[in-house]
Amino acid sequence: MSALAQKQVFKRPDCLKENLFHFCPGCHHGLVHRLAAEAVDHFGLAASAVAVIGVGCGVFLYDYLGIDCCEAPHGRAPAVATGLKRARPDLFVFTYQGDGDLAAIGTSEIIHSANRGENITVIFVNNSIYGMTGGQMAPTTLAGQKTTTTPAGRNPASDGYPIKMAELLSLLPGSAFIARVSCHTPRHVRQARQALRRAFQAQLEQRGFAMVEFLSACPTNWRLSPGQAVERLEHEMIPAFPLGIFKDY
Amino acid sequence: MTGKMLLKGSVALAKGAVDAGCRYYFGYPITPQNDIPEYLSEALPRVGGVFIQAESELAAINMVLGAAAAGGAAMTSSSGPGISLMQEGLSYLAGSELPAVVVNITRSGPGLGGIVPTQGDYHQATRGGGHGDYRLIVLAPYSVQEMYDLAGEAFRLAFRYRNPVMILGDAILGQMKEPVVLQGKKQQLEAGSWALTGARDRPPRLIKSLYLKDGEMTVHNWKLHQKYGEIKAKEARAEVDCPPCCSLVVVAFGSCCRIARTAVDRARRQGLRVGLVRPVTLFPFPEREIREAAARAGRVLVVEMNTGQMVDDVHLAVDGAAAVHFKGYPGGEVPAPEQILVEIEKIIAEGGLQACRR
Repeated sequence: MSALAQKQVFKRPDCLKENLFHFCPGCHHGLVHRLAAEAVDHFGLAASAVAVIGVGCGVFLYDYLGIDCCEAPHGRAPAVATGLKRARPDLFVFTYQGDGDLAAIGTSEIIHSANRGENITVIFVNNSIYGMTGGQMAPTTLAGQKTTTTPAGRNPASDGYPIKMAELLSLLPGSAFIARVSCHTPRHVRQARQALRRAFQAQLEQRGFAMVEFLSACPTNWRLSPGQAVERLEHEMIPAFPLGIFKDY
Repeated sequence: MTGKMLLKGSVALAKGAVDAGCRYYFGYPITPQNDIPEYLSEALPRVGGVFIQAESELAAINMVLGAAAAGGAAMTSSSGPGISLMQEGLSYLAGSELPAVVVNITRSGPGLGGIVPTQGDYHQATRGGGHGDYRLIVLAPYSVQEMYDLAGEAFRLAFRYRNPVMILGDAILGQMKEPVVLQGKKQQLEAGSWALTGARDRPPRLIKSLYLKDGEMTVHNWKLHQKYGEIKAKEARAEVDCPPCCSLVVVAFGSCCRIARTAVDRARRQGLRVGLVRPVTLFPFPEREIREAAARAGRVLVVEMNTGQMVDDVHLAVDGAAAVHFKGYPGGEVPAPEQILVEIEKIIAEGGLQACRR
């Protein structure tokens, strides 16, 4: 086959830097970063996008994405994104937040940003545990799941229940697009890619608040091998956090 | 806008901010400062600006952070308890070197306290209040005119130094009405090559306060320290009224200084040689002005509407060169001029007449 006949079908997204990811083996943050970079490239947003980064394992997003970035205090990324987007509506503004950031300390900010219909896009990574601080209980930790602060397993009677943010936010009139996806198989990655594009499209069409919740494995803090972690995600997390599109404009 | 108007202090401040170029306001209601958001909710959209009533002070200060990161001239306002909630954001603004203006129309505390005017937030304002090694620039208006003027000055300083600026008012200054001369002098609040505007034809930019690599944080801390040093050297301001041969200098700020002013005037009419120094900037603290006045008079009386906070800074400034007396009125007790006059007379009587040091 001549060189001319070859067509490149897969490459590093243009806005994804060549730095090596710092993530643990089997962690899905790297995949979510890549999907975010693909979406930025897809819509040609590298020169107009600003990522607002919450606190957690995703905090170093700026080491990997070649776009303007702003750190936000823990949980406050939707408020920072609100200020940015309102000041510069021509910018494309998305947040990148973990479950502790978005579903515990930042519940007020995420709910009210959605309720105001802020024209921002939220990338939410739910791995049911606090990764960066070493494996403590997250608001999304499953009932019975052992963490360093629920050594006997999360007991809903005293520790509360895993919180379902996608379902919750889809009830608000200000939200335009809400989906929960996973990227533990190639098929799921393709679905996740489509959902994230739709969430980007929502902002570009000024439809209001859009969020994609990514279920993610955390082998290190789940104390599992990467393979076992994918099994757990499939058989324990997805039944507790059903995948799907909860709202579409 | 130019001309002269009779304005309430809070409204004058809000007007001063808009006239100075402020276009973004984010805030959460709290007494006694609600005239500021109420005024801006109407005034900002009229000039193409943005007003958002946030869900909390936490959200408000972080919306300010976002707008500032985009290069916008943004502000918020609150009172004691709300300012406490904003300390996290203030620390991040300082660490990220972003310009912003935060107004504290103080009420009494600690806790829910009361809505009466006090100066109990002096330490919180001048010592940073949030975590980490940083400083706010703190301005202390004492008239409705200064509420208007210092709002503009706050934005100038915020953009000049890429640092959050606090205006420390109180319920008296916020609620009283006085004539105000409007300058109508719009200044250029230009964001530099740090604002997040999209990486078009330039490398991506990053606004952050996280420094994990070896030595990075130390470098950043010294850099901030150097900036605060420049602010100290260039921006300290005080109003000094010390006639020759004073035997006592009164130091007071904000609304408390209005009362002290009356007391000092009465003391002078009685033939007592009393000076007055009013810090306009609380950080940087006008150390030189106070040290010189104190050294000449030999005696200082600090009057505050709290149990003693600025007096610490006066001690540091005077550094033993004069005796420092203090009279405090906490919890909403607003002193009458006669009460301060009694203190002045007492100190001068106790110390006896002294030879003119100058």
